[in-house]
Formats: sequence, structure tokens, C-alpha cells
Amino acid sequence: MNVVTNNKWIGERTIRPDGADKVTGRAAFAADTNMPGMIWGKVLRSPHPHARIKSIDTSKAEALPGVKAVVSARDVVDFPVDKSVMLGIQDMRWMCRNVMAREKALFPGHPIAAVAATTEAIAAKACELIEVEYEVLPWVIEIDDAIAPDAPILHDFMKFEGKPSNIGGRLEVKKGDVAEGFAQAEVIVERSFTTRPVHQGYIEPHACLVSVGADNKTTIWSSSQGQFMVRAMTAYLTGIPQSDIRAIPAEIGGGFGGKTIVYLEPLATLLAKKSGRPVKMVMTREEVMRATGPTSGSKSTVKIGAKKDGTIVAAQGTFYLQAGALPGSPNRGAVGCSFSPYDIPHVLAVGFDVLSNRSKVAAYRAPGAPIGAYAVECVLDELAEALKMDPLDLRLKNAARQGTKAAFGPVFPRIGYVETLQAAKSHPHYSAPLGKLQGRGVASGFWFNAGGESSAQVNITEDGNVVVTTGHPDVGGSRAAIANICAELLGIDYKRVSVLIGDTATIGFSNLTGGSRVLFASAIVVTQSTDKIIATLKERAAKIWDIDPEAVKWENGAAHPASPNAGQFEPLTLAELAAKAPSMGGPIGAGVQLNTEGAEGGFGTHICDVEVDPELGIVRVIRYTAVQDVGRAIHPGYVEGQIQGGVAQGIGWALNEEYIYNKSGKVDNPGFLDYRMPVCSDLPMLDTVMVEVPNPKHPQGVKGVGEVPLVPVMAAVANAIHNALGKRFYSLPMSPPVVLEVIEGPETRQAAE
Amino acid sequence: MAKLHVSTTINGEPVEFLCEPSDTMLDALRGPLGLTGSKEGCASGDCGACSITLDDRLVCSCLMLAVEAEGHALQTIEGMAHGDKLHPLQQKFLEMAALQCGICTSGMLVASDALLRKNSKPSEEEVRFWLAGNLCRCTGYDKIVRAVMETADEMREAAQ
Amino acid sequence: MTELRYLAPATLDEAVKAFASAGSAGRILAGGTDLLVQMRSGAVKPGVIVDIKKITEMTAIEPTADGGFRIGAAVPGAVLAEHPHFGKAWPGLLEAINLIGSTQVQGRASAGGNLCNGSPAGDSVPALVAAGAIATLQGPNGRREMKVEDVPAGPGRTNLLPGEILVSFTLPPRPKGSSDAYLRMIPRTEMDIAVVGVGVNLTLKDGVCTAARVGLGAVAPTVLLVEAAAKALIGSKLDDAALKAAASACSAACRPIDDKRGTIVYRTRVAGVLLKRTALIAARRAAGN
Repeated sequence: MNVVTNNKWIGERTIRPDGADKVTGRAAFAADTNMPGMIWGKVLRSPHPHARIKSIDTSKAEALPGVKAVVSARDVVDFPVDKSVMLGIQDMRWMCRNVMAREKALFPGHPIAAVAATTEAIAAKACELIEVEYEVLPWVIEIDDAIAPDAPILHDFMKFEGKPSNIGGRLEVKKGDVAEGFAQAEVIVERSFTTRPVHQGYIEPHACLVSVGADNKTTIWSSSQGQFMVRAMTAYLTGIPQSDIRAIPAEIGGGFGGKTIVYLEPLATLLAKKSGRPVKMVMTREEVMRATGPTSGSKSTVKIGAKKDGTIVAAQGTFYLQAGALPGSPNRGAVGCSFSPYDIPHVLAVGFDVLSNRSKVAAYRAPGAPIGAYAVECVLDELAEALKMDPLDLRLKNAARQGTKAAFGPVFPRIGYVETLQAAKSHPHYSAPLGKLQGRGVASGFWFNAGGESSAQVNITEDGNVVVTTGHPDVGGSRAAIANICAELLGIDYKRVSVLIGDTATIGFSNLTGGSRVLFASAIVVTQSTDKIIATLKERAAKIWDIDPEAVKWENGAAHPASPNAGQFEPLTLAELAAKAPSMGGPIGAGVQLNTEGAEGGFGTHICDVEVDPELGIVRVIRYTAVQDVGRAIHPGYVEGQIQGGVAQGIGWALNEEYIYNKSGKVDNPGFLDYRMPVCSDLPMLDTVMVEVPNPKHPQGVKGVGEVPLVPVMAAVANAIHNALGKRFYSLPMSPPVVLEVIEGPETRQAAE
Repeated sequence: MAKLHVSTTINGEPVEFLCEPSDTMLDALRGPLGLTGSKEGCASGDCGACSITLDDRLVCSCLMLAVEAEGHALQTIEGMAHGDKLHPLQQKFLEMAALQCGICTSGMLVASDALLRKNSKPSEEEVRFWLAGNLCRCTGYDKIVRAVMETADEMREAAQ
Repeated sequence: MTELRYLAPATLDEAVKAFASAGSAGRILAGGTDLLVQMRSGAVKPGVIVDIKKITEMTAIEPTADGGFRIGAAVPGAVLAEHPHFGKAWPGLLEAINLIGSTQVQGRASAGGNLCNGSPAGDSVPALVAAGAIATLQGPNGRREMKVEDVPAGPGRTNLLPGEILVSFTLPPRPKGSSDAYLRMIPRTEMDIAVVGVGVNLTLKDGVCTAARVGLGAVAPTVLLVEAAAKALIGSKLDDAALKAAASACSAACRPIDDKRGTIVYRTRVAGVLLKRTALIAARRAAGN
């Protein structure tokens, strides 16, 4: 690890490279690009939660003046259900059925066909002219209904324990023997919880512009969390080779995991190919809410046993997570992360993937982990109460440390969980007095973090400045952090470093922006590229001075003789060496492509204060402090921003966000009016404490920071409400009608009825 | 039916454009006028990403017909900086990391500017309620609120 | 594709003529904050839009001869908030109008539009009802007046006759010791549709309530004038017993539905809670007048 002390740029709140464009309205997001000759695509979507598609007649739509192309499932490459084809965490069998309904429409909003026409209005009109014959089938929305013995089955080919089932899979994490563990326990708390599906809530709807040439050469402008994912999935689903597709990442208006898969790009590509015209598609907010994301709703049961002194001896969790209409819920996060902050000898966590007639879930910030942590951290709060222990002390007593073997496999290296607990405990917030009807809760959380494939190219310009290209869409300021790192290594002003996101034709393969991996991985490839450049610069100075390259050091943006013994030479600056490049060996640049390793998990501990209006059931968060081990804060402003943003999403999940379904199996709140994300006046300032325990396996000590801050929030809020009211809540959201009913008791309901 | 011709003023410049009667001002800005700084997040007035001012009053351009611009004066994010000099709010948003993905930023800045023109010393509560119609999913609003208040402080000092 | 005509007449007569001849295809455009959303979602497909904002009478705020106010139906909330005297006389009504949507929406949305949208949850309506506001309507057969509480006919419907346009609201003069207040329950702090809304307008003399009107929103197909609640307040010093009786009257008046915004049980209970709180705010204000 070459963590430099006395850093000039690492740890500085520099101006982000894309900042000026974003505050002046110039930044090009997905819907901001147009092309000459461009036409508009629209999707016809299923009105039914579950229906067999008997026939689709597009002739009237095709005959409408202005319509240039119509596509349906027969135009999308089919991946038969009996053979899995994985792309990252997505199975193309399900992706091909998600972008366009194949045998059956599986949720309201499921694409049935798509049209391209000269105007959006004509495309919309053409969608109305497509005649679809449906055989409407019985449908199921909720988990309990989906796993009931007589449930309508979504997929005949899906079997669980030998029988047709809506359970798409089972995942288990095990350590020790829980039966033995619970036998040793003196206090056991077991509770069941439910959560509702929540949407990632990015403000930018999905959008793309696609141009396909007569030679199949395809250019895609779209907003996603991975242009290489867009390229690969579009190639799979259209049959166009990846080498013919150039996916250009637009600025992305929020993703939070929800833009790690494609919806529109393959359809726009097929329409563009068929029509010979560039096709633009932009979802409405309603389409976003009906047909993209969200994360799973869940039901779970968690049981934790401890000795009277607070030593946790066994923990068991059962998690049912909704997948939507096609397999793939984030069970791994729930079963893998939930108990990981703790050193527990006996652990059993089991997750079930439950299908129903909802839109297919997509990743959402620490996928699955917040659902598991909500249950576990609420049970720990009850356990602390039963043991008459401070809830942070209970966590400290059982905290995972260096050497702890996590139930999901690894042995932790030096980690910073204990430090987050200590920082929370000594924070003035934790001991601040509370007023009437106010309460305080704490909770912790863990996320794996990730490494994986990343590429960078660092080039020195002829005038001695720097252009860095990486392959990861920047969702929250990663370009700013990369500029800091590169400037630090080169010893130059950060403003001399431009950082760009390359497209699939101009930079090497780079995996998704997700899992809190981007800065971890891209810092490694940028560091190695920059190190190569510094080696080149030193070699060239050595040549000019006619000394050994070993006798040259790079400092403050210039080559210097490493010691007086090496000779007396004036330093050669980056600009001087760049100017001499043509005669000294040519252009200066270096690229590195790696499958990065050494990502270490992240831990956070949160303190939440709420105030409850007991007559209306309204809960307001009035103070919040989030402590997190961030490894190393390369750009503290954007690290804090990640933490604050995660907390805000968690407060929404805890209090008001939920998908509400009507009696016809359709989402009843498909917009920002009734899908109630926190607005500015709902929140207090969100305090952050960045604990820095550097990752020993990373050149700058970086750990992922984006996912962890969502994980503890729902439990912290629930525990705070309990502290305020003396009542426990076992379901999310804790919205006013729910809270009032718990306060007033069920007798009120009867009395009122 | 023929398109309608509209003469208006945008960011201080006289502008003419053609639109359908049902087009919103946001459609016109992002389409024929090429001013894509105003964003469409919802098209229902719930997210504020399309905020502009109409005769100095803050409005959602998605909730205004394009034909209504006739004879009025509009201000969009594209008119906020003076040449290459950023408005103090724009500068402060950059310095304080008050944006992450940036999709809400145009609307946030236009709305914040409208607030500071009306109230040079807003309290935190006033800032929060004024901006309640501008959704941000990235920042948790903390740095945005701080940036608006700090800008207000600095603009007041500069004016003295 | 849409055969839509946009008209912006300068006089009320022209507006009425255009609106009447458009028949059911006509829509009035004031602030547009409901209409444009409905058009975008496809819920409404108008053939003619009559923009009334160029008509002086509909955008004016004027004192009446007897000391009251006449408010043009298209006056946006933000404009009303800037009036030097209105908010002093009718703080509750002003708050109610400016609880409609965001700052951006307040720059456009009017009480007239809020009433004509016909939503039982419109924030300005309970406050207008409590205020005793009179709506002035003009149609092909001339001008007439209607109590605000008589305007809504059900969700999305009004008792306006075909071709009739809401022109203005007339608010009565304020006797000494009068004020009003409006509170609504929403899950968030802003940007939601009222789950319950209560407007209270009252007059105090020596601490005794001598007159009161109570408007109740989002708990029935139309906004309600709850006379029983007003009756419970009149003659009292707004003591606990009187507030409790008025709260019970509000809860009893509720005929709500279960929907995505609230349950029957919740709305019924909250109506009473809000009545108490609103009445106390109105009383505190009235005591200072």
C-alpha cells in the first residue's frame, strides 16, 4: 500500500470534472441527445397482471402513416428456458422475457410490442392500434399468496422440491450448528417482519437513442450503470455482434442499481434496424414505476440467542424476497450480510426467491442487505432491551473484528466496525437529551463491496496535462476522486487532470457501476497506469541527463535527480518532458486492464432520533448521524454525499415509500405524487462521521462507500420509534395509518367500524 | 392543424418558435428551442427538474403550455451564468458537492435563485419548504440546503 | 395528432361564448396544474382550451364595497400571498391555497381551478367553505352566484351548468375578533394530496365563539360544510368539551373511502384531531384581531 502522508489532493474537496456542465444545464443526459432523421419509439404494455398472449396483430399499426417499424417478441433473440446463459448476475433467459413478453404477459406494464414513428404521438396512436388477443390468467401479487399451495403458477417449468412452484430458488449461508447454539442460549428473541417493494427513485427516466447502419454498425447513447452491460445485453437480445455495437454512456441521472439492466436499448436497436432511422425512446415516469426496478418486498423471521452477559451464541434468519415475475431476487445480500457485523459461532440464514405478477426487481443499493438488516437489527434492539444492555454495547460485545470468520465465508482482515460503534457511542448525538414524544434508535449494517473488471487509459497531452479515461459511468462523483488520485501521484494541480468516461469502443472492458466497486477498482487501474507513466517520465529524464533511470525520482510534477550523487540537474517538469516527447520516444500514455481484487466489506452504525405525533401517527426524523468505515475518503464531499443520500433513501423506505396495488393487480401509485419519496422539508441535516480504516489491499486504502449507508436505516428508525412510544413495529413502511393503529390498538378499528 | 407561432423572451433574448397547442413549455424548450438543461423527471409537477421562471415567478415548465409563453419573459438554467462567470449559487453547489448525478441540479438552482431573489436571508426551514417541490434522490438535500444558505450569506455580504 | 385549439380571449363574454360552443370538449385553463397533468396522462383530451388569464376580472384582487374581498378565479396562490391585506384578513384561506403543491405550483395554481377540479381533497375548498365564500359564475344565460359548498357535485364533477365559468370568489367583511385557519394531514411535510383537510373560520367576542363555520375535505365525495361542528363551537370558549363535541361532529360527518392515501378508520379519527387543532389556531388568531 503506497498511501502517501501529507497528501495534497487525496482528501481534498476539489471541484468535480463534470461540475460546470451540470450546474449550467449543458451536461448531456440520456434524453438530451437528438440525431438528424430521428424518429420516436413507444412501447405497448400489458394491461393484465398475467395473461397468455394468443396473438398479436400489428397490421393496423404498421399501416398508420408515419409508422416506420413495429417489433414484438419474435424479433427478440429467444433464450430457451432450459439453458441458463448468465451475464453478470442476470440470466438472459429472463432478460429476453423481461424486455418483451414472450409466451405470457407477466405483470401490468410488461412490454408486448414496440413501435417507431415520426412523432411520439403517432407512435402512441400506433400502439393503440395493435391488436393483442390475451387469455387472462389468475394472478398473484403478495408473497403469502404466491407460496400458498393453490397459488397460480407463473412458470410451469419452475419446480421447487419437485413440484411446480413460484419459488425460484433457495440460498443458504451456514456456520456451525444453530440447534447447538440455541441450546446454549439463555435469552432468545424471535420476530417476523415484512417490507414492501420500494423503487430506486432515480429522477431521470430510462432513455436511449440508437442508430443502426445498413452494415449493422450500431451506436447507442443511453443512461446506464454500465455501457459494456448495455452493449452485451443488446448484442445478446438482437443478435448483433458486440464488435458492431458502440455504447456511449450519457450522463446518468441516478441509478442506485436500477440501471444495471436494460429495458429500452434492445427494443430501440431492433426498431432502428428495421426502420433504418435513428430511434429515440424515453420512458414516462409511469412506465418507470410500472415496469422497472423496484427492489423486493419481503417477509422474514429472525431468531437470535444470547447468554445473559450479552454474548450472542446463535442466529437464524429466514428471508422470502420477491423477485417480480422472473427469477432473481437479491437473496445473497439478505442471507450474506445480515449477521456479518457480528462474531456469532452458529449461524443459519436461508433465502427464498419468490415470484409473483410484479415487475422484475432490479438491484437497489446493497441489494437485499437492507431487508435482512432491518429484521436483524430490530431483533438486536429487543435483545438488548431483554438483556438490559445498551444497544451499542451489545453490538460492541459481539462485533466482528480482524480474524472473525463471516458466515458467508471469508475471514475478515483489519476492519473498522468496532471503530464505528465507538465513534457512535462517543458522539454527542448519542447522549443528547430527548424531548417529549422523541426517541432514539441505533442500528448497524454491512455490505460486501466488490472489485472486478476495470480499465483505464492515462495519456499525457502535448502541453503536459493529463487525460484519464475510465469505463464506469459516474453516478456520484467518482471522476472527482480519480482526478484527486491522479494529480496526487503525478504531483500536479488536479485541474490539469481531465477525467472522462469512455465508450465501449474507446476504453477497455469495465464492469458495472454498482456494488460500491467503482472507485475501488478504477483507482487501482488509474494508479497502475499513472505509475507506468511516471516510470516512462523518469526513463526519459534519465536519458536526457544521461544517468541511470533508478537515479531519477518523480516529485512535485517533475523529474529530479534522486540524490546529489546522481548529478546536478535542473528538474524536468511534466510539461517539459511532454514537449520533448516526439524526439524522446513518442507519446506518453499507459493503460491498464485488470480484474481487481482486494475489495473489503464496509460497515456503518447509525443513530436516529424521531419525533412522533401520536394523534396523527406521523413520524419525523429530527436528527440523524451516520458513522461509517469508509477506508479512505479520497473526496470527502462525495463520500459524505453517498452516506447522506443512502440515509435519505432509507428514511423514505422506513416511513412512506411503498408500492400500493389495487384490486386488479395493478400499481396504484405509479408517480412521484403518491410514491412518497422524502422531499427537502421532510429531512433534517444528515450528519456523517467518516471513520478511516484504510483497506490494506488497496493503493489508496479505498473501500466502497455507496451501499452501506442504506443498510442500517430502517432498523434505526424503527428502534427510535420504539424508544419514543414503547411500541414495536414489525412492518414497513411505518406510515401514519400504520403507526396510529399500533398506538391506538386494534379496538379503535373495531369501534370505528 | 397548423402549428402555432409563439414570440417570447428567453434568458433576455427575443425568441420565436412553433409548437402544437398541446405542447408544454418543457416540450418546446427541450425540442425546437434546444434548451435541454430543463429536465423531465415526471411531467406532473412533482419533481421540479423542469423549473423555470415565468415573468420572474418560479413555475414548472411541464405544467405550462408552450403557447402561454407568448409575450412573456422566461428564464432557464441556461441563462443563469453570465458568460463564463458562474452565478454564486452555481459556484457554491460545485464547491460544496451539492450535486451528485446532476439531473435535479438545473431545477434546484433555478428554484434556489428564485428564493434568494425574494428572500435574501432564508432560514433552513424556509429553504427546505421552498425547495420541497424539487426532488433529489442522491444527496439527501443536506449539502443543497447548506449551499443555498451559504450563498445567501455571501451574497448579502457582497451587497453591503 | 390532437385536434386541439387554444384560445385566450380578453373578455369574459368571449370566453363564455367559446367555452359554451366547445361543449364537453372545452376545458378552462387557469394555472393548468391539474389540466396539464390530466392531458398528459390521457385522462382528458380537450378539443378547445380557453385560457382565462387575459381576462382582467379573473386575475384581480379587489376590495368589495362592504369591506370584503373579491378574488378572481384565476389568481395564483403566490400572487394572493403578495397582497398587502388579504393574508391579514384570511390567513387560513391563504395558507390553504398555498398548500396546493410546490412553490412552483403555487406560482400558477388558483383557488378557482382547485374548486372546479372537483377533487374532494382540494386544499383551498374547505377553507373557502369555512370562509363562507360565494362563487360568481357566468354562463350563456348570464351571471349568478352560488355558495362554494354547493359547487362540487362529486369527485371530478361540479354543479356548474354547461358553458358556465367560475369568475371570482367573494369573501364577506370581517367582524372584529374574526380569523380562520386550515390544517391538512399529509404523510410527508409537502407535496401530498390531503388525506384530511379542515378549515375553521370563527369570530370571538370576549373569548366566546359567536360565529363559526367548519369545512371538511377528503372524507366524502365532496367537501363538507359541517354545521354540527360549528354549532358545538358557537357559544363556547373553545374549552375541551366544546372542541371534543366539534371533533366528534367532524368524525361523524365523515363518509370516507379506503384508498392509497388513507383508510376509513384513519381519516375518521384524524378529522376530529385536526378540527381541534385548527379551531385553536383560528381562535388564537381571532383573539389578536
